Amino acid sequence: MTGNLTLAIVAAVLIAAGVYLLTERSLTRILVGVLVMSNGVNILFLIASGPAGAPPLIGMFAAEDMADPLPQAMVLTAIVITMAVSAFVVTMAYRSFQLNGHDEVSDDIEDRRIRELAERDDVSDSFEDIRFSDTGEDRVSE
Amino acid sequence: MNNLLTIPVLLPMLGAALTLILGRRPRTQRLVSILVLLGVVAAAGTLAWQADTQGVQSLWVGAWPEGFGIALVADRLSAIMLTVAGIVTLAVLVFSAGQEEDEVRKETPVSIFHPTFLLMCAGVSNAFLAGDLFNLFVGFEILLFASYVLLTMGGTGSRIRAGSIYVVVNLLSSSLFLIALATTYAAVGTVNLAQIAQRIPDLPEGTQGIIQYMLLVVFAIKAAVFPLSAWLPDSYPTAPAPVTAVFAGLLTKVGVYAILRTQTLLFPHRPLTELLLVIALLTMVVGILGAIAQADVKRLLSFSLVSHIGYMVMGIALASIQGLTGTIYYTAHHITIQATLFLVAGLMQRVGGSSNIDRLSGLMTTSPLLATLFIIPGMNLAGIPPFSGFIGKLGLLNAGVAADTPLAWTLVGASVVTSLLTLYSIAKVWNRAFWGTPVSFTTEDEEGEDEVHPGRPMPAVMVLSTCALIAFSLLLTLAAGPFYAYAENAAEALLDGAYGLAVLGEVVP
Repeated sequence: MTGNLTLAIVAAVLIAAGVYLLTERSLTRILVGVLVMSNGVNILFLIASGPAGAPPLIGMFAAEDMADPLPQAMVLTAIVITMAVSAFVVTMAYRSFQLNGHDEVSDDIEDRRIRELAERDDVSDSFEDIRFSDTGEDRVSE
Repeated sequence: MNNLLTIPVLLPMLGAALTLILGRRPRTQRLVSILVLLGVVAAAGTLAWQADTQGVQSLWVGAWPEGFGIALVADRLSAIMLTVAGIVTLAVLVFSAGQEEDEVRKETPVSIFHPTFLLMCAGVSNAFLAGDLFNLFVGFEILLFASYVLLTMGGTGSRIRAGSIYVVVNLLSSSLFLIALATTYAAVGTVNLAQIAQRIPDLPEGTQGIIQYMLLVVFAIKAAVFPLSAWLPDSYPTAPAPVTAVFAGLLTKVGVYAILRTQTLLFPHRPLTELLLVIALLTMVVGILGAIAQADVKRLLSFSLVSHIGYMVMGIALASIQGLTGTIYYTAHHITIQATLFLVAGLMQRVGGSSNIDRLSGLMTTSPLLATLFIIPGMNLAGIPPFSGFIGKLGLLNAGVAADTPLAWTLVGASVVTSLLTLYSIAKVWNRAFWGTPVSFTTEDEEGEDEVHPGRPMPAVMVLSTCALIAFSLLLTLAAGPFYAYAENAAEALLDGAYGLAVLGEVVP
């Protein structure tokens, strides 16, 4: 099978642009990235289906002239899934905007706290210096 | 032909539709969901029995001629995963039914919780039964979509933040999956797993490698294998307890199942042993070191979840019957035990008012029952004999010793150390949260606000469903002989090519 170079280049550019946008913090840009990337991926299926041909309607065209219908069915499924994903990301971006006034994904607070402890070379609050010698008192409960 | 194969997928979908209609009648809704999941467990149990006695069960959906339609396949591996998944989802659903009315409104708005939960079960079943790479993709998408909704349920700030990370990471992995699908289709002209398995050895080395690595990366993201695991501890802990429990128990294991399936079925001639062993090693060690640094029980459990995925990858990497048996048994054990521990973490949050061990103390005095519920699965997770965790780890260690390479021996050492560190992290929670004197919770948090968390009693339904899961994990221990033998048969069947024969029958490749 020979691939179609134009389609391959278009897919590559779309996917690269999409991945770049996915690395942004703003959910709106991520959404655009998702849309661009998914279109790029769909084009890959067109490449996989081989050269263009006649509609796959039995009885109207000879079997060898027909385009492969299966990748098109897959692309259709992928498009539907992308639509649902976009709707969900838009909702999330809007909710984030409602709550924070912007739609940027922030760092995890707990992550940051633990990282700061590590930078200060400090012990966590849960560290407890217990020596295992019997002093007759219950140190844990103090 | 076995029409029973459609039940675990269709029944939850129909149940989801029905519970959506019944949104205003919470009791009927709960009844419907529980009946549906009981039906799934019954169907999965029957399939497990049939797969064991009558060989691999398969069905070409919609009576399409063999080789053209979508195939559903249940061999022993699929059936055992399906059964364990069914039991765990059922227990978690019953647990969530135990919440009080006000909590329900805040944590799991029942009108959408039940339909979404059932849809997720349908997705999980579909992924386990898919005999077709594209159908596997669809199964993943169904369960992911349901999980997006479950994770962001209520739409609070922290859940939206956690949800954003989860959604974006999974979007990326889904896109990669699609790219892998397009590549596979272009290379072999089919997406049916059994047919791909027949055709793939004829491809050039490079093409085989691309397909294999792409599928591996996709499923490693879903299974949270290091270095693709960073999303998990960030996104799981904020969700409601029942949601986290079922996510932690099931969703990552679907990824493990997919790695297991594609590695053994499509690439038995390219096991990638060294690469996977190194990944398994890093997953174990990095995961458990992360767990030790945490103060929040849910985050600690999330990190230990990542670390224990390493054990499963180790068995897959060894690609021997012993290793695969260990992985299958360990996965079944881990689904149960991880879900139980997250449910217990939910109960701790109820009783103690917080899931942070800096704010918890003396839970043993407050609630001896809760302490018992925690220590049994906790010790099981750490692999203390005689629990099922020990049996699974022993199987994997045996497989590592049998492989007898320097790297396999390193892995054996690392898994013992990981097990010990797991025990340490569990003991840390035990010391800090359960021992000591009970404290009242009027601590000041970082913003200087008073956080008052009065402890609440544990509803009987929640305790009973957690007990049921613990009982099931004990059953895995007590009946380890038959279970382990079943896993061993499943592993042998993975390597002897019964799958392809059952699916394709006499179809000429």
